[in-house]
Amino acid sequence: MSIIEVNKLTKFYGKARGIENVTFNVDEGEIFGFIGPNGAGKSTTIRLFLGLIHPTGGDAKIFGKDCIQYGPEIRQEIGYLPSEVFYYDRMKVLDLLKYSASFYKKDCTARLHELADIMELDLKRRIDDLSYGNRKKVGIVQGLLHQPKLILLDEPTSGLDPLMQQKFFNLIRQENKRGATIFFSSHILGEVQKMCNRVAIIKDGSIIKIQDIKTLQNENYKKIKITASELDEKRFGVTGVIKLERENGGVSFFYRGDINLIMKLISEQEVSDVTIEEPSLEEIFMHYYE
Amino acid sequence: MNIYKHEFKMSINSVITWSVSISLLLLVFMSIFSALAVDAAILNETLAKMPKELLTAFGMNGMDLSTVLGFYSFTFLFCQICLAIQASNYGFGLVSLEERDMTADFLLAKPVGRSSILTSKLLAALTGLTITNIVIWISSFVYINLFRGGRTYDTKTLLLLLSSIVLFQLFFLTVGILVSLLMKKVRSVTPLSMALAFGMYVLSAFGGMLGDAKLENITPFKHFDAAYIITNAAYDVPLVLLSVSVIIISITGSYLLYAKRNIRSAV
Repeated sequence: MSIIEVNKLTKFYGKARGIENVTFNVDEGEIFGFIGPNGAGKSTTIRLFLGLIHPTGGDAKIFGKDCIQYGPEIRQEIGYLPSEVFYYDRMKVLDLLKYSASFYKKDCTARLHELADIMELDLKRRIDDLSYGNRKKVGIVQGLLHQPKLILLDEPTSGLDPLMQQKFFNLIRQENKRGATIFFSSHILGEVQKMCNRVAIIKDGSIIKIQDIKTLQNENYKKIKITASELDEKRFGVTGVIKLERENGGVSFFYRGDINLIMKLISEQEVSDVTIEEPSLEEIFMHYYE
Repeated sequence: MNIYKHEFKMSINSVITWSVSISLLLLVFMSIFSALAVDAAILNETLAKMPKELLTAFGMNGMDLSTVLGFYSFTFLFCQICLAIQASNYGFGLVSLEERDMTADFLLAKPVGRSSILTSKLLAALTGLTITNIVIWISSFVYINLFRGGRTYDTKTLLLLLSSIVLFQLFFLTVGILVSLLMKKVRSVTPLSMALAFGMYVLSAFGGMLGDAKLENITPFKHFDAAYIITNAAYDVPLVLLSVSVIIISITGSYLLYAKRNIRSAV
């Protein structure tokens, strides 16, 4: 069963484009990645799901029901974590979370404290005394305390230290095992790769590609930089290597294919440093335009 | 109910501040009444010599400062200005504050409809304004009886004047909401409410001076003119109905606009 069905969803802000003719489905129990550079329309899509903004064209259905028409009903089962969290500054954390819980039919008290413990959140402090990362934690607890069937994450990890990110991802995996469907928007490919089953790539308001994460990984390029005093870059002119460039004191290129092959080529050289990293999102998108 | 409680808690400090301030204002004015009333004849004489336009500007035309209610109606005008600012503040801020502080995302992602959010917020603001209203009622009766110095007054007329406060507040509250929803973004509430409150006051004060009767008819300062109510012991019914229609249109318009409103994103 599809939890989210998006059909030719379009949003224009006046003349400015938000998204255009976006169509995809998210199945029950999936962790669905939604990836694209800033301004691509990720937040617009999520805000349309939540009924925060109204579509210019097309429609989106969640749990089989229209997002606008049945907004309040479907939001009973949605947890939302925005990229930037803003709460009533003068409230205490606990009061805010209780206020948040008061909107849902079920009793969320136990889960509220459980989540606050996991995220190491001090419930007695005032919102305006919290650091950015701690506010983010409030956002996480607030979004998950009612054990929603669908969790919408909009660039959830910004501002969290690596340890907390880890805890957060574990939490999301647990929610997923419990049966929750996760819609995960991000511009960091790495975290999407770690978490998701499928991924949609959005650019300039349109979906470029919807793909199984494994396929994407296999297709994926590595960015390799080699520093060496004397290097014959022609040695790296094998299949799978693109954008081979000579740099000051070394070479850099993108590589896709058997990693052992390239390792062998590198080890034949006298090198002083090697870095192999995930290409940035822009660099990944590059090959969708070729 | 939870939104109502939350909204009310958020506004309680402001309600207390306004209520206490207005009550103090009434106290200061009424406390000088007993001293003034002794020389009321001279005072009225002096007033009579002043240009009529100036008196109109302060709503003092045809006002008898030697009577309790005559003096009270003069005080009431300042009270109205405060009430107008307070009600406009709540009106302009009702929805726009959440959007400015970006908390609208939090609230609107919850399982509640837009109209029930607006209803809860309206009722919470109305509760706050009613508290201020009650404080004014009590203060007025207490101060008048404290400082009237044996002079009599007509209780019914005073009740009539005080009853006008509800509609007066509703006018500024609802017009404030409507205007804020017509705007894409409200950066700051205070300049808007000042403009609305003083704008309406100036229209009533100087509209009469300019002799253009049409323009001044849109302002609630005219609809609920204290001097008129005290002198005639009645409302100017057509003008009151005009206020009521503005309130109804503003509320209806606000619900329609809010249902369709796009909530701007933080980034």
